Amino acid sequence: MAQGQDASDPILQVENIEVIYNKAVQALRGLSLSVPKGKVVTLLGSNGAGKSTTLKAISGLLGLEDGALSAGRILFDGQDISRMRPHDLVRAGLFHIMEGRRIFEDLTVEENLTAATFALSGRGVARTPFDLVYDYFPRLHERRHQRAGYMSGGEQQMLAIGRALIAQPKLILLDEPSLGLSPLLVEEIFTIIGRINRQTGVSMLLVEQNANVAMAIAHYGYIMETGKIQLDGPTEKLMHDQDVREFYLGHGGHGGEKSYRNIKHYKRRKRWLS
Amino acid sequence: MSDDLLFFTEVTLAGLGSGALLALTALSFVLIYKATRVINLAVGETLMLGGYLFLAFAAGMGLPVWAALPLAIAGGGVLGAIVERGLIRPMLGKSPISVFMVTVGLGSVLVGLVEMLWGTDPRTLPGFIANTPVFIGEAYVSRKIVVAFIAAALVIGVFLALFRFWRGGVALRATASDQAAAYSCGINVPGVFSIAWIIGCATAAGTGVLLGAIGGISPSMGIFGLSALVVVIVGGLDSILGALIGGLGLGLIQAWTGSYLGGEYQSVVTFGLLIVTLVIRPYGLFGTHEIERL
Repeated sequence: MAQGQDASDPILQVENIEVIYNKAVQALRGLSLSVPKGKVVTLLGSNGAGKSTTLKAISGLLGLEDGALSAGRILFDGQDISRMRPHDLVRAGLFHIMEGRRIFEDLTVEENLTAATFALSGRGVARTPFDLVYDYFPRLHERRHQRAGYMSGGEQQMLAIGRALIAQPKLILLDEPSLGLSPLLVEEIFTIIGRINRQTGVSMLLVEQNANVAMAIAHYGYIMETGKIQLDGPTEKLMHDQDVREFYLGHGGHGGEKSYRNIKHYKRRKRWLS
Repeated sequence: MSDDLLFFTEVTLAGLGSGALLALTALSFVLIYKATRVINLAVGETLMLGGYLFLAFAAGMGLPVWAALPLAIAGGGVLGAIVERGLIRPMLGKSPISVFMVTVGLGSVLVGLVEMLWGTDPRTLPGFIANTPVFIGEAYVSRKIVVAFIAAALVIGVFLALFRFWRGGVALRATASDQAAAYSCGINVPGVFSIAWIIGCATAAGTGVLLGAIGGISPSMGIFGLSALVVVIVGGLDSILGALIGGLGLGLIQAWTGSYLGGEYQSVVTFGLLIVTLVIRPYGLFGTHEIERL
């Protein structure tokens, strides 16, 4: 079903990967996707579908959670990266902004950014000026000497994105940047994410629960369920798909009274079979 | 100055001296714990090994002190590197109790090794600090204690500056704060582990030389590590500030109780303090549990 888009020049290609946790639980069952250079691709799906696992498999952080890639391969910039150590991957230009922001709470804002400069080690590029981050997020400049753990959720998310900017990546994996933020902040952050993509040309693979905002900035979308891609296509097309509208964008498709009971019942009966 | 006050000053100064050494040992422990979350019970034995390495280089091989001291410290660093690569890294992800037991075993192995090579009798280190006392005002202090205090203060000062201003210090604190996030920033986390063990064990070895210069060395001097353990538990396992204040505090308390109440009260007071602290603040006086934001 997932017949892939026009993959003329992908920065990332994930081919039929399977992931097993604790040598027992299979989380991904033959997932494939690809991210073209310079584009934003979003990966949508419900809780537990395996979205975060997919990102961790790509960035090599699975090993920290006792997970392992048991089949398939992952190509980054044409090179097989399934066996690379996570910090080497970051230095090769693949930056993972993890779910829940994961900023260093005991460190100041500036020290958080300093920590990200290790991503440039051995690359022979000049240290990214912190002003690049402060230009996108002026609020971080005001708080640069403050302990990051005491900042608001929105500011912490800005800092997490700021660390990625310091690392000068070719591809950013973004895991649920909207998590726990007010709708207003979500909009602000996503506007900036879109701007970063346009201005720096960095490719992005964006995992989101909030399909509306993700679709608004993404060029292409994948929808996954229980460890597999079920549907994919350019976002304009997905946005008009009847099932996607109903399940992910929150537009009732069948008219009449909308009740959770009905939706749940319907969902159980008809999964993504087509 | 009255005699009583003079005596009190002298006891206090001596307490600060041994407190500085306690702080340094505690720092070695905290450094390793902070970066790798491993409770290194072999810290006292590493310290002892440092003393014996100095003995081997200075007395055995007849090297001058300026060469023997760095060599003993480097020897501690090599031990740290070997232990981290050979014992700790393969245990990554295993239960903390297992790793903890490995360090207990390591301590025993080190004691056995030293006894095999140098025997069980206490030895004195070749004197490299003059025996003439130092007078601070009217108070008499052993020169060795003054030197130990100054050396410890210098090392601690350098450490604090490194943690704050060196990029590697930021990497270490970042790794301590969130390992997965440290990876995601491109920090070589296993490399940080290695460096923490090397610096930690080198510090312990250097402390062993200072301690040995004051009181001589013996295979059982690792007991000193037990007092340092009290310091880190009271101060907070992951707190550098706690190690410093706890070390100096415990040094003072031990000196005061030893002089005014008698030696038999030292352990009672020390461990009584430990229990009271644990009841009131289970994560230590300065240890972090977690930042709580309301």
